Amino acid sequence: MGKRVGLEVTVAVAEAVALCRIDMAGGYPITPQSHIAEHLSNLVADGVLDAEFVTVESEHSAMSAVIGASATGARSYTATASQGLLLMNELLPIASAMRLPICMAIANRAVSGPLNILNDHSDIMPQRDTGWITLFAENGQEAVDLSIQAFKIAEHKDVMLPVCVNIDGFQLTHMVEPVEMPTQEEVDKFLPPFAPHATLHPAKPVTMGAFAMSDYFAEIMKAKDEAIKNSKKVILEVWDEWGKMFGRNYKAVESYRAQDAEILMLTMGSMGETAQVAIDELRDKGIKAGLVKLRLWRPFPFEEIRAALKNAKKLIVTDRACSFGGPGGPVFSEIKSALYAGDHHPAIYNFIYGLGGRDVPVQDFTGMFEKVIADTDNKAKDTYEFWGVRE
Amino acid sequence: MIEIRWHGRGGQGAVTSVELLAVSAIAAGKYAQGFPSFGPERRGAPVAAFTRIDDKKINKRSGIYKPDVVLVLDASLIGLINVTDGLKPGGKLIVNTHKTTAEIRKELNFSGTVATVDGTGIARKEMGVPIANTTMIGALLKVTGIMDLDAMKDAVEHRFGRIAQKNLAAMKRAYDEIQIEN
Repeated sequence: MGKRVGLEVTVAVAEAVALCRIDMAGGYPITPQSHIAEHLSNLVADGVLDAEFVTVESEHSAMSAVIGASATGARSYTATASQGLLLMNELLPIASAMRLPICMAIANRAVSGPLNILNDHSDIMPQRDTGWITLFAENGQEAVDLSIQAFKIAEHKDVMLPVCVNIDGFQLTHMVEPVEMPTQEEVDKFLPPFAPHATLHPAKPVTMGAFAMSDYFAEIMKAKDEAIKNSKKVILEVWDEWGKMFGRNYKAVESYRAQDAEILMLTMGSMGETAQVAIDELRDKGIKAGLVKLRLWRPFPFEEIRAALKNAKKLIVTDRACSFGGPGGPVFSEIKSALYAGDHHPAIYNFIYGLGGRDVPVQDFTGMFEKVIADTDNKAKDTYEFWGVRE
Repeated sequence: MIEIRWHGRGGQGAVTSVELLAVSAIAAGKYAQGFPSFGPERRGAPVAAFTRIDDKKINKRSGIYKPDVVLVLDASLIGLINVTDGLKPGGKLIVNTHKTTAEIRKELNFSGTVATVDGTGIARKEMGVPIANTTMIGALLKVTGIMDLDAMKDAVEHRFGRIAQKNLAAMKRAYDEIQIEN
């Protein structure tokens, strides 16, 4: 068994990635991600990690370098946030189309402008359709566990897709908290060496990421969609194996006191734990409140979401980003589309909150519940609101 | 759960102290969070840092608005910022100052526990530097009783290497010398 230690979450993530015996990391500093790359670079410099750390001049180059390294068969890793992720955007669909099992941490941070360095999900949401498997961590332990699981998922022969692990900037990244670090032996047992089916090598030339016009392009897009949809089976298997090995169980959708709940809230990322405290307070007052947490954003777990929401009369979906001029928050939009195909349709409300690092204390969560409960004839259903915004 | 807010200036090591405290509490089998006030920081500018410690898992990840304990690393911040903001009426205020507890109580009109120690003076004597962040951990442990002083040893040794013993000695002196007035 690993040791329970107090670590800053970024350092814990870097240590976890080192336990995965990566061959290469490419990184460019950006707050609040920088400590991950810094610590990995220290581990390489100290000889603890036998890997190539490639310093580059931008995130565009970081992702390009990681794509190149992964194509040669190297287990490759990077981490970024906010503008850095946006600068990588052009390369992200290429990584997934080339079926390269790159893993990346995203220390979620608001996108400019105005310039802001604090947490929300406006960096990852525009990457939704790039074909990356997208996971969200709720606490430091999950950030560590998901970072290791990511390689196993990405490199599985039935998946071969890049994976990003979203770790809320500051709220998670800069927190010193208890984490149980797996041992090297345990990680070696869980994660076999990367066995690519084709690699770039000067002695054996192959073409990767070739040109495709209208004759093949659509087929490749369909193949990518099929691949990411099929990855869910592997993700669930990997989580099952992890649970058996480490006793920490992961699901695509988690529930907290949701069984008999009449009103549910849905969160994604680090807000889930604070929301749990609010649920406990509401339950103490006799309100049948519950919580549903979404861990897997892509592939989207439609069936699990419908099952988790099947008894709710009212549903509060929370978002950390806005689709401007659209249906509200991106999570809200996704949940609505998941429910449309089912036969249970709770009154659904959307709160967009915690933008640019705005703190969301427990009483804000209970406030959202109280507001939705007060809407007795569901007049405000299907609307979205920027929570707590001064007007 | 105990919630602690630290006030210092950028460069005085408030963030290092919350980290050392959280790491040590976790090593002692407790649950803890140590975190800075999020955002850009500048040397010399007022900063805050936070610690939560509990015997059970901590789920709250929002800011600390009503601390049980406030620790002021730099007394020149008093009057500049409201250091007792949100401090629970029965809470504890710990100040690194050569002033007496009565003087601080009068200055801040605070009715809870007031504790003072000349942490900077101790740090100067024990370590030869006027940086009292680790010294004041000793004061904090005495006032709150969260953990024994010994619980800090591993984290301080890991962090400071050959100057660890001086830090531990300064911590012990603050633990012994702090004046507490309930």
